[in-house]
Amino acid sequence: MRFQQIDQFAAELKADTRAAVYDGSKKGHEKRTKLLFDEYADPDRLRRIAGEVKQHVVENLDTYLPQVEAKLKANGVIVHWAATAEAANQAVLGIMRARGATKMVKAKTMVSEETELAHFLEKHGMEALETDLGEFIVQIDGDHPSHIVKPIIHKNRREIATSFEENGLGAYNDDPQTITRRARHFLRHKYLEADVGLTGANFVSAESGRLVLVTNEGNSRFCLAATKCHIAMVGIEKIVPRDYDLALFLNLLARSGTAQELTVYTEYISGPKSPTQPDGPEEMHVIFVDNGRTEVLASDCRDILRCIRCGACLNVCPVYRQASGHAYRSVYPGPVGAVLSPLMMGDKFPQKADLPKASSLCGACHEVCPVNIPIPDLLLRLRNRAKEENVPSPGTPPMGAWALLASQPTAWRASLFGGKIINYLPTKLLPIPALRAWEAKRSLPAWRGGEFRKWLKTRKGRANVSPPAPSRAEAKKAD
Amino acid sequence: MLNTERKPITGKRVQLMATCLCDAFYDDVAAATVQVLEYLGVEVVFPEGQTCCGQPAFNGGDWTASRKVVRHTVKTFAGEEPVVVPSGSCAAMMFHGTVLEFENEADLGEVEALGRRTWELGDFLVNGLGVKTWPGRFEATVAFHRSCHSRGTNSSSAASTLLGSVAGLKIVEFGEGEQCCGFGGTFSVSFPNISASMGALKLDHIRAVKPDVLVSGDMSCMMHLGGLAKEEGKPIKTRHLAQVLRDALKNGKLI
Repeated sequence: MRFQQIDQFAAELKADTRAAVYDGSKKGHEKRTKLLFDEYADPDRLRRIAGEVKQHVVENLDTYLPQVEAKLKANGVIVHWAATAEAANQAVLGIMRARGATKMVKAKTMVSEETELAHFLEKHGMEALETDLGEFIVQIDGDHPSHIVKPIIHKNRREIATSFEENGLGAYNDDPQTITRRARHFLRHKYLEADVGLTGANFVSAESGRLVLVTNEGNSRFCLAATKCHIAMVGIEKIVPRDYDLALFLNLLARSGTAQELTVYTEYISGPKSPTQPDGPEEMHVIFVDNGRTEVLASDCRDILRCIRCGACLNVCPVYRQASGHAYRSVYPGPVGAVLSPLMMGDKFPQKADLPKASSLCGACHEVCPVNIPIPDLLLRLRNRAKEENVPSPGTPPMGAWALLASQPTAWRASLFGGKIINYLPTKLLPIPALRAWEAKRSLPAWRGGEFRKWLKTRKGRANVSPPAPSRAEAKKAD
Repeated sequence: MLNTERKPITGKRVQLMATCLCDAFYDDVAAATVQVLEYLGVEVVFPEGQTCCGQPAFNGGDWTASRKVVRHTVKTFAGEEPVVVPSGSCAAMMFHGTVLEFENEADLGEVEALGRRTWELGDFLVNGLGVKTWPGRFEATVAFHRSCHSRGTNSSSAASTLLGSVAGLKIVEFGEGEQCCGFGGTFSVSFPNISASMGALKLDHIRAVKPDVLVSGDMSCMMHLGGLAKEEGKPIKTRHLAQVLRDALKNGKLI
């Protein structure tokens, strides 16, 4: 392959898909910026504080995890620990089998995307139905989400209407209200039939053991309305120290993710139904999932574990906008995915070592991140890791010869002179792939190597600009 | 966050880091930088052994190669004077990128010290020397491209302050100004399709406001955007901040 996979994917992307992704992300980003800057005098300060709180959690997980486990148990919750995706799925299956359950309604949770829970349960004869509208559409299409918050950002309503028709959800109609009404009608029955409701958690308070869930469709509430068993799958990094911290995080999450002051539904779940409550799940399980997170924690990219999955970095990313989420071949796309996805591969890091290259390092992701993750720095660290592990990187020019030239002034000056050849020779004839890749899209300016140095020495009245002693000595040594 | 803290300026002597792009392609930008600084009475010293800031290999992931070049640069720019560079990108490499790749190296201290006295040109003029208005005249409608390495630094606001104060010069804003032009160093050649699409989008926004000239503090962005526009058969006029400031002085017969 001549170029990077993601670049190839972007080049072959349907114009419709690119337009849907581009428009969706741009709108999301612009609304977010307006909302944050209209309402807060210094939103950057909030991001920095939130970043510090989450970094503190990440660095003290060994203290917080036992604390949260004790709280949850005291609240009547059964706590499970799953080191791998497989273990997490098995835990869910075990709970369902123990209850003789066969039907699950699922709220949106990224960690269950990591473990491919729905597929796993279906393979074991269980029904696992997505109830978030976007996830539902992805499920009936046999597709994958392409955005953390907006799973179907890559689809337009005509495509959705077609898949509804194909899946027996009414004759073709691409009116969004009709589509939503049909999905709602179908799902309402499913909520009543289900045995188990599965959710994630946006935050878990170590202080109270409260799980916090945010949705806009209210589907997670429905998942827990008629079912007798609630299972929450939670990444081990989802902890915040105190309930008090939620004020900051909920405000930032809604604004960053969907440009809302607050999501429509915010649920606080402290445990299973208490004897005084008329209904609700009588059994509650929390499965804490590692699935590569402790390895990320041990790496020099642990800052990425601060992520609260808002998707703001996807929306602002010019590469994401051109390539779409599916280009990243991962549950987590975009800038955060380009860091997290290769790291979560563990030993198979090389398979996704190209993801961190898919960035112009423009830094827009860092600028919008509600927990201030220095994403470009982490991308750079991973590029260095890929190089050190000798992972091939198509299209990346080799740097050895350049480094040699650029650390020897005499050789450098000679190459400034020698570079003039590109003014006379068609670049097609030059065996430099990077140059040809440049010229495939853009003209190259005329080579004027060394002209500035000549000007500096020969200009009238000012020929006295002299090299400082140390560098002259250096130059001589190199000579 | 980027650490943009600098030693205060004392004395009137600086070392010029011309950048490898100016060394190879854009000699007039480096010359304009010298003329602008000298107009302000600053003595400009050009350490002849200079090559490149090390960024290509740093961004490409080859930190061993990059560190080799950075070590050379640290030796070349020995001394106490501020180092001025007509590029936000090379400046950020010196005060941020190098610190990252030298994190576990014994000579981190020397590398950091050079970063603390390295200034992007516009930042140096406005925040180092305290220049708030620029004399002379430049009759043009200017679109100013905020290059990405100025995020989190004072460079963009400095350039806007200077350009905005030039007689005859009118700045026009264009859409999605916060978006990257698509250059990205080695990204431009390893992701040529995405890189060019990003550039095309930027050019659309710029052309929509019909500027006479596109100005930036970084020639790398200009090389990419100018090259794309030329390849499309619809060239645009690009200038570096230093060239605009120098031409304003010339037009006002101040140099």
